[in-house]
Amino acid sequence: MPNIISIKNLSKTYASGFRALKGINLDIKRGEIFALLGPNGAGKTTLIGITCGILQPTGGSVTVDGHDIINDFRAARSLIGLVPQELHTDAFESVWATVNFSRGLFNKPKNPAYVEKILRSLSLWDKKDSRIMTLSGGMKRRVLIAKALSHEPQVLFLDEPTAGVDVELRKDMWQVVRELRDAGVTIILTTHYIEEAQDMADRVGIINKGEIILVEEKAELMHKLGKKHLTLYLQQKLDVLPPALAAHALTLSPDGTELIFSYDTQAERTGVTRMLAAVGDAGIRFKDLQTQQSSLEDIFVGLVSDRS
Amino acid sequence: MNFRAIQAIYYFEMSRTARTIWQSIVSPVLSTSLYFVVFGAAIGSRITEIEGIAYGAFIVPGLIMLTLLTQSTMNASFGIYFPRFTGTIYEILSAPISGIEIACGYVGAAATKSIILGLIILATSWIFVPLHIAHPFWMLTYLVLTAVTFSLLGFIIGIWAEGFEQLQIIPLLIITPLTFLGGTFYSIGVLPPFWQKIALFNPVVYLISGFRWSFFEVADVGHGISIAMTLLFLVICLAAVWWIFRTGYKLKK
Ligand SMILES: Nc1ncnc2c1ncn2[C@@H]1O[C@H](COP(=O)(O)OP(=O)(O)OP(=O)(O)O)[C@@H](O)[C@H]1O
Ligand SMILES: [Mg+2]
Repeated sequence: MPNIISIKNLSKTYASGFRALKGINLDIKRGEIFALLGPNGAGKTTLIGITCGILQPTGGSVTVDGHDIINDFRAARSLIGLVPQELHTDAFESVWATVNFSRGLFNKPKNPAYVEKILRSLSLWDKKDSRIMTLSGGMKRRVLIAKALSHEPQVLFLDEPTAGVDVELRKDMWQVVRELRDAGVTIILTTHYIEEAQDMADRVGIINKGEIILVEEKAELMHKLGKKHLTLYLQQKLDVLPPALAAHALTLSPDGTELIFSYDTQAERTGVTRMLAAVGDAGIRFKDLQTQQSSLEDIFVGLVSDRS
Repeated sequence: MNFRAIQAIYYFEMSRTARTIWQSIVSPVLSTSLYFVVFGAAIGSRITEIEGIAYGAFIVPGLIMLTLLTQSTMNASFGIYFPRFTGTIYEILSAPISGIEIACGYVGAAATKSIILGLIILATSWIFVPLHIAHPFWMLTYLVLTAVTFSLLGFIIGIWAEGFEQLQIIPLLIITPLTFLGGTFYSIGVLPPFWQKIALFNPVVYLISGFRWSFFEVADVGHGISIAMTLLFLVICLAAVWWIFRTGYKLKK
């Protein structure tokens, strides 16, 4: 079975009557890193909450490795580790106690060596005897990650794991995530730092207002929607684009000092050479040039704003 | 069964008790001792024996019950309410544990604590009054059944409550008055006939009566009825807990 999670027609209406999920269909492949992106309130946390057993679905079904999350909840939940978005911690417990508590909850025998390894990989080892309330926000976030990893999950949900974590530790954290992926763990993450998704994810799903609007291989997505722009900074201002250049995908900036050429990097022929030759033939000289690739963020913003 | 999870919750709760030993053990023992001093020694010396038992001794089972009922409910309700309040309940809900196992962990810990408290108070009362326990087996049975039943009740309250005030309201407004009116300090036989009938609607009367019977073999109602009522109350609480987890009531949005 290639899909480890299969979500079918999942809907969620909160007690307030608010429809947070409207018939979600989504498959997560075994061993991938899946980035779930969407603006605030899109339904990411709701989707994760239902899959993990924290919220009750209104309709539809979810299976984890073939186990239904309701009828076969023990098998389904045993496979899942969750790092929640909110920093919910037991203030008075020590780091060591709380991580071992999680392991017990998931019915795993004690394994101090394994817990030590996790704490070390998250730079928490020297804090193991500290009470959680004495830790900083970023440290608490890492404690939550340690708790989620304590029971050796097959699937890891990271709901905004890097919020409030500094740059250095964020790198370490992604290193941990990569190692987990290499060890075969499936990872589903949400983040508002889109460049992180761009770096990490194998596939990207975009959710907006309770609906999945796109699921795509990241590479494919970048390919399909990723445009590159070549900007020529002109030596002399142009008033209008010379007719000789009309055949090329060129636009003149409003102030007349830049020519912008948009092209698809993945295409067989990008047309850069022909365009440059044509520009030279037209007697236009430029002092500098720059190319720019549209990021996942541009794609994301484009898609989400289209729909709203 | 996920025994490791039950164990994890149980130890978590017991270590919370150990951390707050002044509030959870020392203070209830101290306040119960004050009752002995005031009602047993000071006032009790002026009260004649009740059904052949010195007043100081007569109130011991009632006082143990008073502590058992209030502490079981308070402790169990707080145990489950607090993770709901702080949000750490997410982990319990996402773990491979059934509702019954969750209840076993929390209720087991709360009941254990109450039983320990009850035994400490019993030992303390020996300092103040000479005691004789006629039926130690039944005494322990009542102690355990009551601790478990009221811990279950506390657990239900902890799930129902939407704030710290609601958490306190049932122990303060219902359980404490029912215990005081249920014969902690007197035999309901001293009440006028009409009030005796009313008193029989108070479930605590049966608990105290049965418990006192196990000490002194005197009771307001028959021992068989007492034990039946205790079990009935236990079953009602168990059914309520079962229903809560079946429907996800208030635990899962
Ligand atoms: N308990 C609740 N009762 C009613 N509505 C809720 C509840 N929880 C969430 N919602 C609503 O459901 C919608 C989806 O919320 P959710 O937390 O899933 O969003 P999200 O995609 O995780 O957003 P964010 O990026 O801000 O974390 C929001 O509009 C939110 O207001
Ligand atoms: Mg969220």
